Amino acid sequence: MNFDMSPYGAYIWPAYAISALALIGATAWTLAAWRRAKARLEALEKPARGKP
Amino acid sequence: MNWLFRYANPHEFMRLSGMVLPFAAIGAALCLAVGLYLSFSVPPDYQQGTTVTLLFIHVPADVVAEIAYGAIAVCSLLSLVWRHPLSDTAARAAAPLGALFTALGLITGALWGKPMWGTYWVWDARLTSFLLLLFLYFGYMALWNAIEDETRAARAAAILALVGVVNIPIIKFSVDWWSTLHQGESIVSGKIAPIYLWPLLIMMLAYVLLFLTLWMVRIRTAILERRARNLMQAGP
Amino acid sequence: MSPFATLLWRDIKLAARSGGSAALALSFFALVATLVPLGVGADLRLLARVAGGILWVAAILAALLSLDRLFQGDFEDGSLDLIALSPLPLELTSLAKIAAHWLSTGLPLTLLSPLLALLFNLAPGPTLILFVSLLVGTPAVSAVGAIGASLTLSLKRGGLILPLIILPLLSPAVIFGAGAVSLGLDGLPAANALGLLAAFAFAAVLLSPFAAAASVRLNLGG
Repeated sequence: MNFDMSPYGAYIWPAYAISALALIGATAWTLAAWRRAKARLEALEKPARGKP
Repeated sequence: MNWLFRYANPHEFMRLSGMVLPFAAIGAALCLAVGLYLSFSVPPDYQQGTTVTLLFIHVPADVVAEIAYGAIAVCSLLSLVWRHPLSDTAARAAAPLGALFTALGLITGALWGKPMWGTYWVWDARLTSFLLLLFLYFGYMALWNAIEDETRAARAAAILALVGVVNIPIIKFSVDWWSTLHQGESIVSGKIAPIYLWPLLIMMLAYVLLFLTLWMVRIRTAILERRARNLMQAGP
Repeated sequence: MSPFATLLWRDIKLAARSGGSAALALSFFALVATLVPLGVGADLRLLARVAGGILWVAAILAALLSLDRLFQGDFEDGSLDLIALSPLPLELTSLAKIAAHWLSTGLPLTLLSPLLALLFNLAPGPTLILFVSLLVGTPAVSAVGAIGASLTLSLKRGGLILPLIILPLLSPAVIFGAGAVSLGLDGLPAANALGLLAAFAFAAVLLSPFAAAASVRLNLGG
């Protein structure tokens, strides 16, 4: 693989970095929201199941 | 149409998406890995030098930006015309993702523009159209948030999305016309050298699969959130 | 008078009464036309070049001022429910409101524009083009504006997101309208641009009533 991007490195690397940050961030956020929702639902459903 | 309504049931959707999700996610990861490897293995373009590497993250972002809006439009149509119940949720879930990819397209476009033309923003026809698309996304999300009643918000947003989708070709046409008037040139012209085609296609697939994965998770999250809300309203 | 004409006339009178919609729009229009040269300097050649774009944007913003009340007033006092029950279809009601809005804002703005073009040192030929472009294009502003107004009619602060919703949709109008003036300045024929603008306006006026009526229905019916 070729990582020598001169003379445009100053533009290419930030572009890749921002894209990576944004996509990884979006993925993390999405997964966190999912886990939160799941946890909340399970907490709400527990008392209902707990009662015999 | 009936088959579509079979999956309108949230339970069905949860079941189905649960099955598809791992494949989409793994597919996205694989394509990203291969795509990135290829992107950094191709020779520099004789005209654009190494900046051609930006092609592989700029165009896929733009593609997803458009697909996301198209998806919102289709969901809006399903919601308004056929009253498909999950469509509103799906449309709303797609919007922030679409806006994010649009913004990425603009940022990567600007960073590509600087070495190519000397300034970050030069009112290139394509970039300008995508800037307007970003505003369309913002308006759509704002409308959802502004109207309190969820059913009304859903239908208003659906109308807005359909008006927007009809307008988008007109906007693109007018911006193209405007740009030829003031003599701009597109960053990405139609022709792409064949060696760049594979990395580009694989990165496009990667971005689309990533969008689909995140979209499905967001819809699933919304379904769970609604269940939680219903439970809370049902009371102790 | 036909129900359409009755509604049209009623809305125009309402606009004239409630703070003089036309006066407000005209003042705003003139103020923007005054502020911009203060902002960019009095280089007459520069001003002539930007006149088309500035005046078009100013006209749209001025027309926006009275848009959020297009359906809201009737919605709040219950008249909209009555109007919806009348034999006049909501689509025609919307068309009547669009026409009333244009007659009380778009048209006055168009009539004032040659005077403001003078402030920008715009030559007579391009000024005429500007006038025609506004005449043809401002109905589109009212039409597209009506869609935004009907979508946000239930919102107390709807006025804030109304511009966000409709300004992107109006970009073709700005492009073709100001573009026509640009062409005129360069001595090129502006007919194509004006034709495209007319097509856009025609489509907008034709189709907007349907979107607006659907929005009104969803807000009334629920």
